[in-house]
Amino acid sequence: MIPLSWPLLLSAALFTTGIVGVLVRRNAIVIFMSVELMLNAGNLAFVAFARQMNSLDGQVFVFFVMTVAAAEVAVGLAIIVNMFRLRESVFVDEFNLLKG
Amino acid sequence: MIAQAIFAAFAGVLVVSGLLVVLHKNPVTSALFLIAAFCSLAGIYLTLHAEFLGLVQVIVYAGAIMVLFVFVIMYLNLKNDVESGVQTAVRRGMGWILGGVLVAEAVLFVSRRWSIGPPAPPEALGAAGNTQAVGQVLYSRFLFPFEITSMVLLVAMVGAIMISKPRRGDTAGTPTQVPHRANVTPTPAELATAPHGGVAGSPPPPHAVEGRPRELYIPEFDPPDERSPNAEGSR
Repeated sequence: MIPLSWPLLLSAALFTTGIVGVLVRRNAIVIFMSVELMLNAGNLAFVAFARQMNSLDGQVFVFFVMTVAAAEVAVGLAIIVNMFRLRESVFVDEFNLLKG
Repeated sequence: MIAQAIFAAFAGVLVVSGLLVVLHKNPVTSALFLIAAFCSLAGIYLTLHAEFLGLVQVIVYAGAIMVLFVFVIMYLNLKNDVESGVQTAVRRGMGWILGGVLVAEAVLFVSRRWSIGPPAPPEALGAAGNTQAVGQVLYSRFLFPFEITSMVLLVAMVGAIMISKPRRGDTAGTPTQVPHRANVTPTPAELATAPHGGVAGSPPPPHAVEGRPRELYIPEFDPPDERSPNAEGSR
């Protein structure tokens, strides 16, 4: 029997890793992968609480999160490809069009 | 006890590969470590008695989404993540500081006693199996959100195609289309208005091909078919 604190701590560690990746890296694709890590940390917390509460709603929510993540990846990677066509780069520091 | 050991092993793989996703310089290696992280997370789902989600995790994340990632990385032909400059260093430092604050918060959180809530019943959900139980919930209480997800996927598909489509007048990335005229029989109007007084079968004069790609003017026309007036008159 796995205590609830284990997957929650693991989820926290994974989420922190994703945040550090988003803040530290400049490559847009790696930032995107870090966002995926954070989404999976949320999924892990959902599954852990579904196990704890003996309810299936958390697992259904994880299913929906996976669907939205798939849609997000498709649109986001299309945007990244367009960015690359525009500037020949995927580094987010190259995209400062909003700077005055 | 065995479940705890399996969980700990998968958790170790997950944390290490997640850190390597963030820290490795090469995006392709990052993607491969992300695949490892997703597979170990699927194992963790299995130990948490979410078998359906574990398999969906492997199929959707490690199968579909990561294929998309690796495809885009290869398509863009990315070099290593060369980072330099004072501004980048400042921002990286801020990122590490924020990450350290989060880790300290987690350590503080763990060091205290925190309520875990009611313990789960020892019996897993139903004897029918996880997939059947999830399917029953998904198609009864969550039927409307389930249908909405199909719309989300459809909109995302159309949006991705529309975004990545090259715009009109934007020829970057697409090869310029050379009209392939070799097998097209010229119409009589085209033959009459041809600049070299165009008889079918005669090659164009050399000055006509000045500065043009040679394959535009392959002087081998097909013989006139039945629709052209010459063939009708000779019959």
